Amino acid sequence: MAARHIAPDTPELRERWGSFAFTPENKAQADKHIAKYPEGRQKSATMPLLDLAQRQVGAETDTQGWLPLPVIEYVAAYLDQPVIRVLEVATFYTMYNLEPVGKFHVQVCGTTPCMLRGSDDIIAACKKRGMKPGHISEDGLWSFTEVECMGNCATAPMVQINDDNYEDLTAERLDAVLDALAKGETPKTGTQEPGRHTSEPANALSNLKEMVDENHDYRSEW
Amino acid sequence: MPKVTVDGQEIEVPAGATVLQACELAGKEIPRFCYHERLSIAGNCRMCLVEVKPGPPKPQASCALPATEGQEIRTDSEMVKTAREGVMEFLLINHPLDCPICDQGGECDLQDQSVAYGRGASRYHENKRAVTSKNMGPLIKTIMTRCIHCTRCVRFSEEIAGVDEIGALYRGEDMQITTYLEQAAKHELSANVIDLCPVGALTSRPYAYEARPWELKKTLGIDVSDAVGSNIRIDSRGREVLRVLPRINDDVNEEWISDKARYQVDGLTRRRLDKVWIRKPKGPKGKLVQASWEEAFKKIAAAKPGKSIAAVAGDMLDCETMFAAKALLKASGSSLIESRQTGMDYDVSNLAAVNFNSGFSGIEEADAILIVGSNVRWEAPLVNVRLRKAAKRGAKVFIVGPEWEPTYPATFIGQDVSVLSKLPAEVTDALKAAEKPAIILGGGGFAAGAHAASVKIAHDFNMVRDGWNGFNALHMAAARMGALMLGFAQDGGIADIVKAKPKVLLALGADEVDFTRFEDSLKVYIGHHGDKGAHAADIILPASAFTEKPGTYVNTEGRVQRGDKAVFAPGDAREDWTILRALADALGVNVGFDSFHELRDAMYADAPALAIEGEVTDYGALAKSVKGNAAPKGTIPAPIKDFYLTNPIARASAVMQQCSNELLLGETLAEAAE
Ligand code: SF4
Ligand code: FES
Ligand code: FES
Repeated sequence: MAARHIAPDTPELRERWGSFAFTPENKAQADKHIAKYPEGRQKSATMPLLDLAQRQVGAETDTQGWLPLPVIEYVAAYLDQPVIRVLEVATFYTMYNLEPVGKFHVQVCGTTPCMLRGSDDIIAACKKRGMKPGHISEDGLWSFTEVECMGNCATAPMVQINDDNYEDLTAERLDAVLDALAKGETPKTGTQEPGRHTSEPANALSNLKEMVDENHDYRSEW
Repeated sequence: MPKVTVDGQEIEVPAGATVLQACELAGKEIPRFCYHERLSIAGNCRMCLVEVKPGPPKPQASCALPATEGQEIRTDSEMVKTAREGVMEFLLINHPLDCPICDQGGECDLQDQSVAYGRGASRYHENKRAVTSKNMGPLIKTIMTRCIHCTRCVRFSEEIAGVDEIGALYRGEDMQITTYLEQAAKHELSANVIDLCPVGALTSRPYAYEARPWELKKTLGIDVSDAVGSNIRIDSRGREVLRVLPRINDDVNEEWISDKARYQVDGLTRRRLDKVWIRKPKGPKGKLVQASWEEAFKKIAAAKPGKSIAAVAGDMLDCETMFAAKALLKASGSSLIESRQTGMDYDVSNLAAVNFNSGFSGIEEADAILIVGSNVRWEAPLVNVRLRKAAKRGAKVFIVGPEWEPTYPATFIGQDVSVLSKLPAEVTDALKAAEKPAIILGGGGFAAGAHAASVKIAHDFNMVRDGWNGFNALHMAAARMGALMLGFAQDGGIADIVKAKPKVLLALGADEVDFTRFEDSLKVYIGHHGDKGAHAADIILPASAFTEKPGTYVNTEGRVQRGDKAVFAPGDAREDWTILRALADALGVNVGFDSFHELRDAMYADAPALAIEGEVTDYGALAKSVKGNAAPKGTIPAPIKDFYLTNPIARASAVMQQCSNELLLGETLAEAAE
């Protein structure tokens, strides 16, 4: 697992983000999340609020967004809880970015199923474009991280870019996706395998055949 | 009450007990790291695995498993043995095994348990992880590579101290324990995490590399830094006290002590009075000159005090010293004894009206609490822990007086005492509705003259009822209750003594007295530190600090406790009572005791309650009213300006100075700079 770091607490960081506050729309959203929980349990809304904050930072910086310390402090104060508790959450979940990311944050799955299906090629293709962990490409477009299973093993290998998954990749297919993104287009998300819709079997059924038409109890056959 | 069998032995356990507790009741030792009686259950170290039937066919964490009827628990099976070995092996994978250079060595849970439950050797050859050490302030030294992530420190600061500052960042093998941005841990109980940490990740910074635990002589003592009377263990080597640790006493300090109690002891070797000094010539222009005991005694005798002799007791004195002084004065025909150094003159005719009657464990049950002029966090950090428990159970807390940061929800209702005669409806409603209402009168409240008003409130709201006494005085001086039991109080306070113009004034470790009011008296300071009292004295007789003499102390709830002597006093210093005994000879009077034993017997005859160790004293019923203004006015003062520097030992302590500079002053400086 890639080691994560909190972006250092510098005067520049304070200067840039010290006055962070939710936009009226996000504030309304945040309050809606808080209202889901009983009074006094507002800290249950920590995760959605961190997400909102990260997205707002993303909108302000035209990237996927990340969580500078002052923003984390803002969320803590908003929920009236100690900042260390919020920082614990933000550092625990890898989808909260602790350091600036590019406009497109490419998260490549490197766990066994994806690896067996060729994630090494995917990673190499990313590297070729100048992506490397903890680094934003010069044009500000790309940042990269290797992550663990994203739950798309049936359509492995896959990458997640910002909010979307791209599956059934080869190096060429990934290049096509990235080129399209760089051009500002919106490539098709999900599987990139022509003819495949989602995670249905790619070819003929190979197992659980008896289940196609009706429920079948396999237990006696184990 | 469920019945379970532990290793074939059937026992009945209290409802709600865990399997771990059941095993303990059966006399079985269960190894553990994360479980701690006084903290919430985390269940993350897995060291406490046992085999339980019925249940899944695998070992289970006993600390987090409720004991239920008919369970068959095994702690001695092969499965348990291999499970423990396995957990131990995993824990040691990333543990540096640097015991030879680790301060925890010899008192390390990991060390002990790996000897008892681990495999003999390691099978791990890969790289270990390393974690950068974190700053946690001047008291806590961290070597985070040693951390096993039991989260005891996190839970302590969140649950007990009520100051969420330690957390576990990142996850999995990247998990790291730290304070937010590595800020110093800033509360009065911070160093207790050092005792809690089962490994050497959090150790004592001031005590770093000082000694090994097996070199130390352990003496049971009583802390004198506040009026809680925390039970402590004094660890010494040779003539030096190296550290102080808490002892468990559920009624008093539970398992904790304040940072001041723990770390002021380096002050015991600094600024000590270890010689007799005489000011020549007498008066403010004179200079202190070294002298002999005979010279000093001669000089005092030459003043021919007769019955014109007075004694003022300091805040950290033991009852024996005070009694010896009282006996000396009585033999001389004087009763000019006082202990309230700063001039307070509250009514002490009814000791129940100056006592913490609910008791520390009792106050946890209060459901509405009115605090009058007390920064409890600073004046009695361990009582604050109890108040936090009460508040967690739903008690409403109201505070009159200067604002401070309570570690629980509390409402400040004004800085002026006058609010006591017209309490807001919110407060009166809460007190009226409460089953166990309580009032806590602190040092600031006494100083503002709120004594009579507080007793009145106690009666108005019926705080003394069946099985409950909600009137509580929270003193700050360890010597206070003992002094009052021995009669160290004049009706008019110290002003009465000033009026009497004594020829000789004995200042017994008294450093807070305004000595300018005693210009014509021969001021004899009998104490251990060159602090304010010694600076004003004409004669200095070096005496013993609390670690250097056996002594009886009565805490603010009236509990009589005794401490032992850990080390000898430095230089020419003597135990206080022997100095007073010798002074009696010099003055030609007979005090009636020649040994410490006889002194104690005489003291018990004078105040029989002092003979009953460990118990809270019964002071009778709370008086219907006490002398004083029932409708006082004026702002309540904050008697403690600096938590870390409240007494001569702490003021001499480099560690306390550093805490004061870094944790308190540093903060004000930073604020000023902003
Ligand atoms: S520092 Fe000590 S107490 Fe805190 S989690 Fe680590 S091992 Fe446990
Ligand atoms: S292994 Fe890559 S998505 Fe599951
Ligand atoms: S003591 Fe039970 S899991 Fe740690």
